[in-house]
Amino acid sequence: MSRAGLLGLALVGALVGCAAGNGDPGSPTMAKIRDRGRLVCAVDGAVPGFSTVGPGGAFVGIDADFCRAVAAAVLGDPTKVEFRPVTAGERFVALSSGEVDLLSISSTHTLSRDAPGGNALSFGPVFFYDGQGVMVPKASGIRRLRQLAGKPICVESGTNTELNLADRMRELGVAYQPLRFQSGEQAYPAYEQGRCAAITSDSSLLAAKRSGFKDPAAHGLLPELLSKEPSAKVTVQADPAWADAVRWVSHTLLQAEESGFTQANVEARRAAAKKDTSQAEQRRFLGIEGDFGRQLGLPADFTLQVVKAVGNYGELFERHLGPATPLGLERGLNRLWSRGGLHIAPPFR
Amino acid sequence: MNPLLRRLRAELFATRADAALSLVLISLISLAAIGCLRWVLTQAQWAVVKVNSTLFAVGRYPVEQQWRLWLLTALLVAASGATWGLIRAHPRPDRTGVLWPRNDRLAVGLLSLIALALPWALDLNLAIAGRWWGLTVLLVFCRWLAGRYGARLSPAGQRLAALVWPVLYLVGMVLISGGLGLVTVSPSEWGGLMLTLLASSFAILLCFPIGVLLALGRRSDLPLLRWGSVLYIEFIRGAPLITLLFLGQNILGFLLPGGLAPERVWRAAWVLTFFAAAYLAEAVRSGLAAVPRGQLEAARSLGLSYPKALQHVVLPQALRVALPAIVGQFISLLQDTTLLSLIGLLELLGTARTVMANPAFLGRNGEVYLTLAVLFWGCCAALGLGSRALERRLDPHAVPSAT
Repeated sequence: MSRAGLLGLALVGALVGCAAGNGDPGSPTMAKIRDRGRLVCAVDGAVPGFSTVGPGGAFVGIDADFCRAVAAAVLGDPTKVEFRPVTAGERFVALSSGEVDLLSISSTHTLSRDAPGGNALSFGPVFFYDGQGVMVPKASGIRRLRQLAGKPICVESGTNTELNLADRMRELGVAYQPLRFQSGEQAYPAYEQGRCAAITSDSSLLAAKRSGFKDPAAHGLLPELLSKEPSAKVTVQADPAWADAVRWVSHTLLQAEESGFTQANVEARRAAAKKDTSQAEQRRFLGIEGDFGRQLGLPADFTLQVVKAVGNYGELFERHLGPATPLGLERGLNRLWSRGGLHIAPPFR
Repeated sequence: MNPLLRRLRAELFATRADAALSLVLISLISLAAIGCLRWVLTQAQWAVVKVNSTLFAVGRYPVEQQWRLWLLTALLVAASGATWGLIRAHPRPDRTGVLWPRNDRLAVGLLSLIALALPWALDLNLAIAGRWWGLTVLLVFCRWLAGRYGARLSPAGQRLAALVWPVLYLVGMVLISGGLGLVTVSPSEWGGLMLTLLASSFAILLCFPIGVLLALGRRSDLPLLRWGSVLYIEFIRGAPLITLLFLGQNILGFLLPGGLAPERVWRAAWVLTFFAAAYLAEAVRSGLAAVPRGQLEAARSLGLSYPKALQHVVLPQALRVALPAIVGQFISLLQDTTLLSLIGLLELLGTARTVMANPAFLGRNGEVYLTLAVLFWGCCAALGLGSRALERRLDPHAVPSAT
């Protein structure tokens, strides 16, 4: 090819690039991700069902799959994720220093984390509804929180859990001995060996850890919940366009479940909707009509890519947390609003 | 009476009180040992270690590139065998013991036995077990080859042979990280025992020269150098390692313009290096303090320049004195690498954390921690053994060997 031809091609390329960038909401984070060619996604790496490393070296869990969903939405390829395990103590610093693009870690949405005068983070919609529970050995005869007076309680230090426990016990006027541990790997064995009368954490985690005990049936959760723990995906407040994109990826997972799109059928359903103009809602959601992708700075078919990559919210839950897994969690509050749960996606229009 | 029995009696059952104490202690120890063995053999579920063995060894290193690590292991094994053989071929007759008390054939036998039995006991698949057996054969063969023909090597050749190790370190770095035609494997995919050894060996190799320079600087007559060294050493020793690691991981991003901060595995390795250097400097300084001032003065009055006097007279004596403290520092550095798990790196402990959280292996903490303990003990024991052999070889009070 001649030099002029090459120049022409480059010019066309630049023009196409401009056209694609036209109307881009201008998210520096998304620009960074596209430059880099991959999403840097923080996961905890050691929460059963949420994120762990499988024997083959791949990250597994509902949090890990959310990273894949975002990569599929932004880059069109769920494999373009660099997983970055971070611990609870350093997660917000890692995010605000720009080390990671997104926290896909169960982080409870609280005022001080959200507010500009606090951590100045931006929370997506609630991804998982949880509450802090207390587990005791059934043989101990403890049925109420009050009965733990003067007894040692195992708790992970530096978490909301620790603060909630202190608050509730003060409210009840009950003195107790907190036994603080740096991580769950130390706290749960200590509890199982009887070093504390009770252990407290998010109910889902307690149930998960209980499934690994020698005798799971010997332990029960107290009926009282110490807190509500709605956890969400977190980005920095300084990039609202990026926060919006992540928010709508989360909504996509819920809307897909509500509309019955699954990993297996989404391609076929899209083909059907393309021919059938009467399926207006489906056509909007799948990006056949309207320009919702462009408004978010995402490709037009980002919803299709997300569902194709990881499935809908219900599929994610069943795959990593549901009754068919060793964790055996019930959907409970995490059902869709249409089935008595709390999850609802705003309309795609 | 059998001499062994007589000795036992003298040591354990000399008086009635001794006998009672011995009996109590022996029964307690055997009870504990039986309890441990019963757990290890009958109750523990070792599937968690078997299934995740690759994860423990190399972390998330891509499967299709793992041949590079096998190649590196083979090279390391060959070099170890050759070094071992060379040390055998050039004995120091004025020193007791070389690498192993009495006879290193015993060590070869023991090693071969372990290498034969371990893959079988771990129920590894034949391809992997075969590789381990091949590596053992390679080790023994290289030891034999170098032991047989190594004596013919000239002193210059010997010095050249020692260069194999630094060269191998560089080759290993290329094999692990890629480049020079190999596919790049990002440090974020390194993990397990490999990352532990890599980070600790990097820090050990680099903290030594830095530490020696700092120790010399602290004893220097130049005020700027002296105060600089003191400030550095006291600053680092005043800060816990974990805070420095946090600083390196999360604050560097604020300080440096985007993209300039090195990959975080390297950041952690450098923090470990700078941290260990401060402690090492103090160990070396204790060695320097033990060398009488007259030694330096004598060397200077013989016409040696200051650097030459340091190199040939003071440092060899100082480092020999400081060797036990230095090796202690290295061992604690190796164990300090577990702190990397707290900043989210998947070294051995980080891998263990994630494996124990795998829903399929919940509650298998005992098995995982025991495996970790054995691995760490093995690495530290090797360091300790090596240092004792080195100490014996450097011992100035020569004792002619008995054999």
